[in-house]
Amino acid sequence: MSTASYILGIAGAVITLAVVIELLRRRQLRERHAAWWLLAGVLALIAGIFPGILTWAAGLLGIGLPTNLVFFVSIAILVVVCIQHSSELTRLEAKTRALAESVALLDLQARQAEKESPSSER
Amino acid sequence: MPALNESASIESAISDVFAAMPDVTCLVVDDGSSDDTFAVATKAGAQVARLPFNLGVGGAMRLGFKYALANGYNAVVQVDADGQHDPREVPLLLAGLDDADIVIGARFAGIGTYSVRGPRRWAMRLLSSTLSRAARTRLTDTTSGFKASGPKAIRLFAQHYPAEYLGDTIEALVIALRNGCHVVQVPVQMRDRTAGRPSHNPAKSGLYLLRAVFALFFAFARPSEKTEVIA
Repeated sequence: MSTASYILGIAGAVITLAVVIELLRRRQLRERHAAWWLLAGVLALIAGIFPGILTWAAGLLGIGLPTNLVFFVSIAILVVVCIQHSSELTRLEAKTRALAESVALLDLQARQAEKESPSSER
Repeated sequence: MPALNESASIESAISDVFAAMPDVTCLVVDDGSSDDTFAVATKAGAQVARLPFNLGVGGAMRLGFKYALANGYNAVVQVDADGQHDPREVPLLLAGLDDADIVIGARFAGIGTYSVRGPRRWAMRLLSSTLSRAARTRLTDTTSGFKASGPKAIRLFAQHYPAEYLGDTIEALVIALRNGCHVVQVPVQMRDRTAGRPSHNPAKSGLYLLRAVFALFFAFARPSEKTEVIA
């Protein structure tokens, strides 16, 4: 592995971590969404600094090419994040639905009240 | 009466309701219509609740149940806005509420000429046999939108009326059954829709069968509903 690719790996991980931490700091990312990205960033940083660990872990799992372990873990994390997002979306839809129903009820009540006391100021 | 873009038929649907039963409250839930359903229904004398965007029949119905609960009604009857349900048959459904929590107005139960074929028919067969077993009574038309609900069902549905596809019919029934509601059916006659046509495309019917099986499976597989006590 050349020095350039060694630095590229570490830089990639550091930038990812820096972006996630900065977003967390500015409250633009909630902790429960950030957890997986932090995990991915830390794993990438470890594997970037100590490529030996990657080779060792791949050997332990019987994976011939260490890069394949990287791909496997990356895809696994992306899948988990996607599922989390779908589930979050469903929860948000349920909340929006409840809000829409309340708004419609309040709107109806307001119109009824207005009809019953037309003299009141608007 | 859930309504989505029904301005062509809603006026007659509402006047039919008042002609059959002058003393009832007719609540139309405008499910985010883009036409003048809201104005037409208001002019026809109904209470109209307008959803800010389309939620599907499930959302419209839960709103109806919430309204009923908040205003102390002890019976809710769902009637289609396209005029295919005859409001003159509502007293029949209400009579059934004396010893049941939900009464379904069923097509193909002897009266009327409504018929379907192919995958859609298989889906309806499967649904009715499964749900009949769960309800321990014969239910021939589980996807009917013509239903009456008593106080127990109103309390349950005001919180747990699913918005999923087919949730307003199949899953709602499963939720009711799992929470100890007694469901029965009475035969009714369907009228021709005054506007619009139901689809008879075989591919659509096949997809309907698949989605019905899916909905049925998950309806039974879901964890039980947490029912909060409403003061």
